[in-house]
Parts: sequence; C-alpha cells; structure tokens
Amino acid sequence: MAMLEVQHLTVGFERRDGPPVTVVHDVSFALDAGGTLAIVGESGSGKSQTVMGLLGLLASNGRATGHVRLRDENLLGMTPRALNRIRGDRVAMIFQDPMTSLNPFLTMERQMTEALQLHRKVTRRVARQRAIEALERVSIPDAARRIGMYPHEFSGGMRQRVLIAAALMMEPDVLIADEPTTALDVTVQAQIMALLREMNRERGTAILLITHDMGVVAELCDDVMVMYAGRAVEKASARALFEAPLHPYTAGLLGALPRLDAPGGSTLRTIPGNPPMPGSGGAGCAFAPRCAVALERCHTEMPVLESIGAPPRLRARACHLAVDEGAARQPAPGARP
Amino acid sequence: MNVPTFIAAAARKRRTAPALARFVSHRAALASVVLLGLIALACFAGPLFLRNSPIDNDWSAIALAPTLAGGHWFGTDELGRDLLARTLVGGRVSLEVGLLGTFVSALFGVIYGATAGFLGGRMDAAMMRIVDMMYAIPYLLIAILMVTLFGRAFSLVVLTISAFSWLDMARVVRGQTLSLRSREFVDAARAIGVHPAAIIARHIVPNLAGIVAIYATVTVPSIILTESVLSFLGLGVQEPMTSWGVLIQDGAQKLDAMPWLLLCPAVLLCATLYCVNFIGDGLRDALDPRER
Amino acid sequence: MLAYTLRRVLWSVPTVLAVITACFLLLHLTPGGPFDTDKHLSADVMANLNARYHLDEPLWQQYFRYLGGLLHGDLGSSFRYADWSVNELVRKAAPVSLGIGGISIPLAVLLGVGLGALAAVRRNSVIDHAVMMLGNLGNVVPPFVLGPVLVLCFAILIKSADGNGLLPAGGWGDGDWRHRVLPVALLVIINMAAIARVMRGSLIEVLSGNFIRTALAKGLPGHVIVLRHALRPALMPVVSLLGPVCISSITAAVVTESVFALPGLGQLVLNGAVNRDYTLVLGLVVLTTVCAVLFNLLVDLAYAWLDPRIRY
Repeated sequence: MAMLEVQHLTVGFERRDGPPVTVVHDVSFALDAGGTLAIVGESGSGKSQTVMGLLGLLASNGRATGHVRLRDENLLGMTPRALNRIRGDRVAMIFQDPMTSLNPFLTMERQMTEALQLHRKVTRRVARQRAIEALERVSIPDAARRIGMYPHEFSGGMRQRVLIAAALMMEPDVLIADEPTTALDVTVQAQIMALLREMNRERGTAILLITHDMGVVAELCDDVMVMYAGRAVEKASARALFEAPLHPYTAGLLGALPRLDAPGGSTLRTIPGNPPMPGSGGAGCAFAPRCAVALERCHTEMPVLESIGAPPRLRARACHLAVDEGAARQPAPGARP
Repeated sequence: MNVPTFIAAAARKRRTAPALARFVSHRAALASVVLLGLIALACFAGPLFLRNSPIDNDWSAIALAPTLAGGHWFGTDELGRDLLARTLVGGRVSLEVGLLGTFVSALFGVIYGATAGFLGGRMDAAMMRIVDMMYAIPYLLIAILMVTLFGRAFSLVVLTISAFSWLDMARVVRGQTLSLRSREFVDAARAIGVHPAAIIARHIVPNLAGIVAIYATVTVPSIILTESVLSFLGLGVQEPMTSWGVLIQDGAQKLDAMPWLLLCPAVLLCATLYCVNFIGDGLRDALDPRER
Repeated sequence: MLAYTLRRVLWSVPTVLAVITACFLLLHLTPGGPFDTDKHLSADVMANLNARYHLDEPLWQQYFRYLGGLLHGDLGSSFRYADWSVNELVRKAAPVSLGIGGISIPLAVLLGVGLGALAAVRRNSVIDHAVMMLGNLGNVVPPFVLGPVLVLCFAILIKSADGNGLLPAGGWGDGDWRHRVLPVALLVIINMAAIARVMRGSLIEVLSGNFIRTALAKGLPGHVIVLRHALRPALMPVVSLLGPVCISSITAAVVTESVFALPGLGQLVLNGAVNRDYTLVLGLVVLTTVCAVLFNLLVDLAYAWLDPRIRY
C-alpha cells in the first residue's frame, strides 16, 4: 500500500482584491514505502505549493482541497494540533535555502534536539547524544564541539547536512526535500544526494524530491511526476521517462540538458517563452503557446491526464498528441534545430 | 539632453503617474489632505471672516463654554477673548513654524546628506560621525538653552527648532545618495566628464525627491510639536503672537474652570498632526509599495 | 568584546567634551550675564559677585577651571541659589525624576512588547486593530496634551469619596504613590505605543522568515515557535529603540514635570535656563549627555550580547 497517497489535490490562495488564484490543479500521485518520487518543473509550476499544501504549511490565505493520506490518516482533514504531531515526526521536510532555514539565534544543538524532545519525550542529554551521532553520520567533523555552535559558523553545505541530520534523527516515514541542492555548488550537491540515497536505501525512508534539475532526478529517483502551470503533465518511472518522454514539455526539459556527447558547436536548446503566471490560464493546454508541435485543439481544449500502458509500466500523460507522435517530433538532443 | 539625463527622466515619469494613482487610492491619506487643507484655510483665511477678533475682550461673554451664541463657537476665556479666533490665529503661527522649519531643516539636511553620500569615504564617515554625536544630545535641553540665550523672535525660534531636526533627513538622504551614486547613469555622467556638483544637482537631487517628500512629512509634525512644547514651557513665540502650544498651556492651567480652553486647540493640533502622519503614510505607499 | 566596549567608551569622551564646550561657549559668549536680570546692583556688588564666581577671569581660564571641577565630580555652585551647589540641587531633584522614569520605562517595555507580540500573532483581529490605534494615539497626541487630559479625567471629573479628585492633579507630595500614578501613566502610554508598534512589525517580519518555516515543519506548537524562535530576533529592533526612548524620556521629563508640577530634574533645567544659572544648566546638560551616551553604549552592548552573529 502506498505510504503517501495524494488525490485531486488543489491549492489556491485567496486575494483581497480579486477571485482566488489556483496554483495547483487536481494533482494526484502516490509514494510507496521506501520509494523515491521526484516532482519536476520550472519555477512557478506549483511543485513547492503542492507539498506545502500537503503538510498544512500554506500561507494564511492558502486553501488546499482533495485527499491526502499518510498510511491511513487523512492529512487535510486534521486539526493543526494533530498535524503538528505528524510533522517532524513521521514526515520530515527540508527546504531549499540552508542559509536562512536555521535560526541564527539558537545553537545547532537546540535546533537539532527540539523535534526529538517534542515528539519522543527524551531527556536533553539523550537527545544531545543522538544529535552528535547524527552529525557524525552526515560527516560533520568534530561533532561534539560543533554542536554547540551557531549556524553562522557553518558553511551552506554543512548547514544543509545538519538539517538532513536533524531530519534523520527522527527516522521519519517520508522525507520531503524541496530543492535541497539548488543553493549549493555541484560538489556539495553530490554529497547531499549521496546522503539522501543512503537514507533511502539503508533506512527505507521514502523520499519525495522536488527539483527542476533532471540530473538530480536521474541519480536518485525511481518515479517522476512532471508539473507545468500547476498541473501534472506526465508521470512515469524515471527510466521510462528518460528513455522516451511522452509529453512535449518533458522532451523539452530533457532536450535542454547539456550533453557531453553532443556534437561540438551545437547550441544549447531552450524552450522558448516563459511559463504562465499562476491564475492566468485560458481554456486550452497551458503549454500550448510554447509547444513546437501544438495542434489547433491544444489551444482550446485542456488535455486530461490519461494512463498509458499497464502496471508495472504504467505511465500517464496529459496531451492531445498521439502517443508515438509526442516525443518523436521533438528534434534529437544535440542536433541543430 | 545627454543620454543619462534622458533615461533618468523617463524613469521618473514612469514612476510618478502610477504613484499619484496609488496615493489617491489611499483613502486615509486623501481624507487627510482634504482635512488639512480645510484647517490651513481656516487658519489663514478664517480670521478675516470671523465676527470676533482674537484680542478684543467681549466683557459681556466671559468664560463662556462653547456655544452658538454671539459667534463664540469655541467659547471664551476669562478675559472674554474669543477662543475660536485665537485658535485659528494660533494655528497660523504653528503651521508657519512647521512649514518654514521643515523647509530650513530639509534644505540643510538634503545638502549635508547628499554631499556626504556623494563624497563618500572619509569625508562621509566624518560627517556622519558628527550626525551621530548630535543624535546623542537631548535636543530639547539645548533648544531651551538656545531660546533663553538668543531670545524669542520668530525667526530665531524657527532656527532653534530646525537646528536638530535635519539629522534624520541628512541620514536618509545620504543613504539614498550612496545607492544612487553607484547606479549606471551616474557612472555614465562621470565618464562624459560632468562636474561633480552638476551630477549632484542634475542627477542625484531629482531622484531624491521621493524620499525627501516622505521625510518632510515626518519632519513637519515633529517641528510643530517642538514649537508647541517650547510654547507650553513658556519659551516659544512671544506675546502678542500666540500659537497652539501657548493656548494649550493656558488651558492646562485653567483646566478645572474652563476645560474647553485646553480641548479646542488640542483637538486642532492633534488633528493636524494626525493628518500629516497619514499623508506621510500615503506618500510612502505611493512611492514605494513594497514597504507595506 | 572588551576591546569594543573600551573603544566605544573612548569615543564617547570627545562627544561629551564637545557638548560641554559648546554649551560653555554658548552661555558665556551671548550677551547678558546671570545677574543682569535682577534689580540693578551697584558696581561694587557686581564686582564682588563676578569675583566670587570667577566671572572676571579670562574665558579659557574659567573653562579649564570648570573641567577640572568636573573631573572631581564637582559640578560647581549654582549662581542663582547662592548657598547651594549644583550637586546638591541635583541630589534633591534626581529622586523625583528617577522615581517616575525608573518605573515607567520598564513598565512601558513590558506592556509594549507584550501587546505588540499579541497584535502580531493575532493579525487583523480586534486586538491588532486596538494596538495599532493605541500606537497611533501615543504617536500623535503630544504629552503636554495627554497629560492635562489625564488630569482632567482623573483629578477633576472623576471624584473620590471625599469630594476631591480621584488622584491629585500634581505635586510630588513626598513621593507617595498617588502622586506618581498619573505621571507614570502618561509616560507609559507614550512609550508603550512606540514599542508596541515596533514589536508588532518586527515580529510579523520574523514570523514570515524561513527558519520559522523549518520550525513549523518540525511540528513545534505555536507558542513554542513564538517564544523560543521568534522572540529574540524580533526583540532586536525594540532594543535599538530603547536608546532613543531613554533619551527622549529625558525630554519627556521636562514636559511631564511641568504638567504635573513635579520638582524633578526637568524643572531644574527649565528654571536654570530661564534664570541664566550657568552652572546649573551646564551641569544638567553634562549629566544628561553623559547619560545619553551611556544609554547608547548599553544598547549597543545589549545588541551584541543578544545576537550571536555580532561579535567584536
């Protein structure tokens, strides 16, 4: 049974002057116990708001509807107090910006032990010990001394590792990582991804990874969901997605990846245009204005997410193009357009 | 026109039209402009139309509470002087001091701050050090000192009050100048060889207009207030001139018998200060909506 | 940290010196001496007075004489009150001012921080609007208006059992509590408004920060987040506000003591200025400047102590 099951999640924000703005439309996905799922998309695609809505972390004018089940509990219907018991304990979350995600006024020890003390009712001393062990597991040297320091005495990469260690300590069922490596340089990125992989493989923590970086997806995740303008446009296993993307947007994302084996002198391919502002959608497919192979129908009729194939090779896609046409018409990566 | 001026001018034009619209949509600010306008009109033009004069004694109506009879809408004091007339005339003085004082203080503050910000480096540090030192001094004491030493002629009172209120303006202008200085159009002007004074005058000062306007509205109430405090302490403008502060002090001493002597000028003073505050809020919102 | 403190203290000295010198020059160079305003004294008496107070010496000599006295903690003798030294006058008036200010500032801070935090946590609620209105009120209504209005309400309109006002309209009455209520209330209202405003804005901003998001994701309950995570960062602007608040309460003291007829330091300064009592005014200006500089220094130190990122 899926560890985390999301069905028809819609997230909107109320505005003082104007109708509410919907940023996530009817998104569904499932994360198995010990599985890894990536949610991929550009900035503004709604991927962050999806998970914020899941956990009840939306801004005060945010509203989330749909069904969200963690094992057998409905998260969206919970009171804030019940939700507090789950957050940090069974579902842990780390964010994009390690430089600002830690409280500069509190020591690392305080910030690492407070979740443990809150949820597991252990003593200060025990919590401190566990925190030091967690720091050592994420390769922070001299952990026992470092734990008394303040965040500004750590580098960005170390801070992210500390945040992961703090999440680790709780041994959560699900770890949600919202662009954990975006703000870090590539070498540190590799370390962080290795850590996440270890958490998944050795401890069976399910990982929900939000990213816009396809390379990171390839390294870590079993399954992928691609989002555009607040909607899921393609769902597949990572392998199948990389081999043959079935949605023009996915193909565009993959095509935009620089490749070592591209012929010399080839230009880097981009998807022309910009993603639409949230709430500015028309009747048709949100990607149509930028799509190289859009049909007439694409501009007037919103495509629905349809399943293709059968388990275990189940995929889904929201596009009007015929299945074999979808990716085939995109030029091969690296070739001159 | 050389290129940088043109760009800066275009940028300014783009900013003012929607800014005006934003200001107008700030209802409290708009209402304050209207109310303040009415108060100012009443104070400067009103006494010409009033039946009673502020200095004549109406012995038939001594210590009258506010009433519609005889035109004594604010009542009279123990000498039969009409409070409405006195309040309006006093308002003239308070408003004049406020405007003049703000003008003097803003002028000095802008020149000082823009120069410090533009020169940068050690001159800037030294000039700002002086400002910091002046901040530490409780200005009212010095103001008291200065008034008793230099006398209470109107112009001297204004100077005394402005002596310390330019500090905020200088600081803010200096900050703005520092950030403007590193903008491209200033570099471009420098590259062409425009003289520093001309750069300050033609490029930096016009772009300061917004922030100067905002801080001017912050300065006006504090100057009116300082004048009122000095008057309240008996150190403000001299007889026969009167101001709201003088009237309030007078009223405070006769509180048990004639409370309206305190309340009427106090209400007008507070209303004026309130209005200027809201106008300042409106300007802040209009010129920098991010600051909300 | 120690080096920073020492540096700051050293920098304060020129400031104080500059103020003393400026005041000294102002007093001595403007026309009119301390004994001019009185009934006309004969030339001999004038000469004697001048000699006694060293007014016949060259200016620079008087200046250094004064500075020398300062180093011994001697603020000189009052010109006006012939038998009193400035030190003694200050000693008599200080307890009055401190007795009011010493209570009102901590009270204003406590109430201001509490109300501001409440308003921030319950945004756009009735409490929030009430606090903002109070903030506006305290900001706009001057103390010399609010004071008499308080007197009007509590000392004149509302009467106690014996027919007099509920609270005395003024005077010190040897410091019994009833005489302190209104002056303290005035100062508390004024300062509390500013502090609450700053606290509210600061807390709102802190609560929208990323590390609060992290704390929320850990499942920490609301009160823990506000008290443990948000309070200290939010207090920083309030701490830096305390400097100006303390300095302005010196100013406020002048007005408050005038309104309530309290024989404190503010009244002393006022009388001294009007009477051209050089040493008295100079001495008080020196005292208040030293206090102001000290306040600023303490605030900076508190800042550095609170924020672990600031280490000198």
